[in-house]
Amino acid sequence: MQPVNLEMIFNLLVEALMAQVKSNEAVTLTLVGEHSQFIRFNRARVRQTGLVADGDLRLTLIQDQRTSYRTLPFTGDKGSDWLQIQTALAELRQEVPQLPVDPYLVLPSGESTSRETHSGRLLTPETVAATLLPGVQELDFTGFYAGGLSVRAYADSVGQRHWFETETFNLDYSLFTVAGQAVKGVFAGSHWDDQAYGRNLQASKDLLAKMEQPSRPVSRGQFRTYLAPAAVADLVSMFSWGGVSEAAIQRGGSALGPLQRQEKELSPQFNLKENFRHGATPRFNSLGEIAPVELPLIVAGKLVNTLISSRTAKEYDDVSNHAEPGEYLRAPEVSPGALPTDKILETLDTGLYVSNLHYLNWSDRPNGRITGMTRYACFWVEQGEIVAPIENLRFDESLYRFLGETLVNLTDSQTFIPEVGTYGHRNLGGIRTPGLIAEDFTYTL
Amino acid sequence: MISELSKVLESLDLSADWIGIRAVHESTTQRSVRDGHPEANGKSLSRGAMVEVLTQGQIGYSATNMLTPEGLRSAAETAYRQAIAASQWRIHDTTAAVRPPVVGKYISPLQKPFEVISPAEVNDLLIRICQKLKVANSIVQTKATAITNEIESWCVSTSGAEVYQKLGLLATHYGATAQAGPIVQNRSNNGYLAHCYQGGWELFPEPDLWERVQRVGEQAVELLTAEECPTVATTLVLAPDQMMLQIHESVGHPLELDRILGDERNYAGGSFVKPEDFGALSYGAKLMNITFDPTVSGEFASYAFDDTGASASKEYLIRNGQLERGLGSLESQARLQAPGVACARACSWNRPPIDRMANINLEPGTSSFADILAGIEQGVYMETNRSWSIDDQRYKFQFGCEYAKLIEHGQLTKTLRNPNYRATTPQFWRSLMQVGDRTTWQVYGTPYCGKGEPNQVIRVGHAAPVCAFANVEVFGGDT
Repeated sequence: MQPVNLEMIFNLLVEALMAQVKSNEAVTLTLVGEHSQFIRFNRARVRQTGLVADGDLRLTLIQDQRTSYRTLPFTGDKGSDWLQIQTALAELRQEVPQLPVDPYLVLPSGESTSRETHSGRLLTPETVAATLLPGVQELDFTGFYAGGLSVRAYADSVGQRHWFETETFNLDYSLFTVAGQAVKGVFAGSHWDDQAYGRNLQASKDLLAKMEQPSRPVSRGQFRTYLAPAAVADLVSMFSWGGVSEAAIQRGGSALGPLQRQEKELSPQFNLKENFRHGATPRFNSLGEIAPVELPLIVAGKLVNTLISSRTAKEYDDVSNHAEPGEYLRAPEVSPGALPTDKILETLDTGLYVSNLHYLNWSDRPNGRITGMTRYACFWVEQGEIVAPIENLRFDESLYRFLGETLVNLTDSQTFIPEVGTYGHRNLGGIRTPGLIAEDFTYTL
Repeated sequence: MISELSKVLESLDLSADWIGIRAVHESTTQRSVRDGHPEANGKSLSRGAMVEVLTQGQIGYSATNMLTPEGLRSAAETAYRQAIAASQWRIHDTTAAVRPPVVGKYISPLQKPFEVISPAEVNDLLIRICQKLKVANSIVQTKATAITNEIESWCVSTSGAEVYQKLGLLATHYGATAQAGPIVQNRSNNGYLAHCYQGGWELFPEPDLWERVQRVGEQAVELLTAEECPTVATTLVLAPDQMMLQIHESVGHPLELDRILGDERNYAGGSFVKPEDFGALSYGAKLMNITFDPTVSGEFASYAFDDTGASASKEYLIRNGQLERGLGSLESQARLQAPGVACARACSWNRPPIDRMANINLEPGTSSFADILAGIEQGVYMETNRSWSIDDQRYKFQFGCEYAKLIEHGQLTKTLRNPNYRATTPQFWRSLMQVGDRTTWQVYGTPYCGKGEPNQVIRVGHAAPVCAFANVEVFGGDT
């Protein structure tokens, strides 16, 4: 996929495709594309560098309550892309009548259209290494820069059209001490700013200095714990995997089942919503439906909404809130609390300061128990003072405790943690969240 | 395709030390059914090329889905500029020796091609599996999935490499969820898509399919009233479908040379294994023999050449408990000066090759399953992974399983639910006390091993016998 006239070519393909749709058919066409610079760093040097130009079209045919799809390369060359679409449509017309009826199939409907473009000012590919690396030559710097154009688009046979494109970058990096202790930094945006990069790096260097002292062994047990925003972001990400999905709740696969059945409670201080106001990710889903700008999910510890796709709504006779079929969080935001950021250590008093977590998994999903590891810049704190970094610990704790009965407070400011994942393609968006303090957080190994 | 790509190489005018093109054409069909109704039917086609250019000691890459000569030439020029821009900052002085000029081909076994079974027939089979899984009203969800992959790749280079590989892959899954009020239990056919192999429809349905389906449904219901796994340090016996995960997380990943070199420290993590450990570290008990074996016919990640053209062969990573070599490509071997294997793999045309597992197997021992159990006075036997978490050095882990049995006086007795165990990697493998014989050895795999920046998810195979470990901390769920 070459970043030239992508929108125009997509629209021409849509126009040609929709002209071929028969009266008893419905068709959707989605696009995920990118033109991305990727550079991987290790020890303040370049490990791998390259550029990926990629795009995938997904053509879905619906006929007689049956459906199938084809995913195809989007090269940006109209002639070859159109030939592939025609072949795919012919294949689908052969296949779909063979398939069983899908009682929960949702036809595209509605009249929504949208167009969002966010242009950026990014480093040119050839200048990324020379810009990033001079300032870290005295450091054990490892990390990953991803930057460029990302595109999401949708069109269907009832006339809905959506286009979203954005130019962004993110530098996700780690700084290491000789002993192997580390801090994590993320610098992301749409307009490169040398001075802002310098400040971001300096903050990480300052934190790294605290990691230079000998680590303090901490045995398993329960400790009052401050979870910084990046750690809270990881924990809240579990809500997208058998959490806020209505389908998961209906089918016994959600950790929030006890909350929904009102068998367990979360703290009145905890509030979670979907908030698309910041525009980091498109509001339209793979059915062309527009999500509400805001959707409260957990208010004062009560589950007030779940994410309901139109398919789930049809199956369980509910009302869709235009979630994606996977019913995962797309624009999560945890509300701030009352704890001033400059009072975190004082309020923590004695316990653990956890900056990041790693490799989370449900250890007992029906009861909301999560296991994982502490990672990067985690400290033992006594009487409001950082004493020493710790060796990483395994935790195993229920969300009904650390977001419920043992939640002490949330900080009064939020941090935006950008989504830096690149499985398949560059992910968009991120989460806004404060940090939090919990009593008796359980560490097991 | 080889000749077309070679012509593009010949037409390039770049002052490079080496140029290579790896073109990939992958077709994936997914058919999924839930509760007897279709959930997904479709086919995905991915087609493109990774162009690598080596100059001034640095490889630059450019990946494109424009497979025209102009598109590939443009990609080569982009890759060249990438290499030039980074060469001043290169981590290692790379030479063309890390991209060997190999000529050859590999075609995976496949007896019954994917097109001989129609979409309707596949859906019908999956619907019947769902129906059979629902053995009681307490089954609240049933699922069945079949995924086929056909992958062709062509590698050519200016040094003369010409490699063609063609893979046919089939991955299947079925499982049931049972619920009784707040108690929810899942049971599946050895874990999500653990039945993934090289081959065609000759692999599925298996001859014992309906007995297996019935057992999965019945065990989901059985778990609703089972006792919680006790919290105790005891003898732990793991079935091959959990050994797969155990090997993957606590042997495969820590032995990756790129982790040891630090490349992965910002994402997947490093390793507790140090460069000086190769040839010196007692990784586990003497019964422990781990191989990198891309030659097992039908195992999910068999191949003849990795994605840099290195020829693949069976190698011992750990022999009689002693660490011999790591999982590292020619690049990593040159950087670390440590022995490795042909394991530079990319998940597709749009990602560069990195150090990956392929088939990592635990070689069988000499004990039958009955003999293993007979020697255990008290213990727990666990099957089928459901939860996995390990630290960034691959040291402290905690894993959970779907199904367990208490072992009492040499016999499997009560069923246990929510079985988990935790340990540290060296302690665990040094406590290995019994390794099952060939009759207990089973082959599984996963399509979902994640690693790398940019992120890559790739297929791996793992074969293992039943194994017993002494004095492991086991525990159950919240009650």
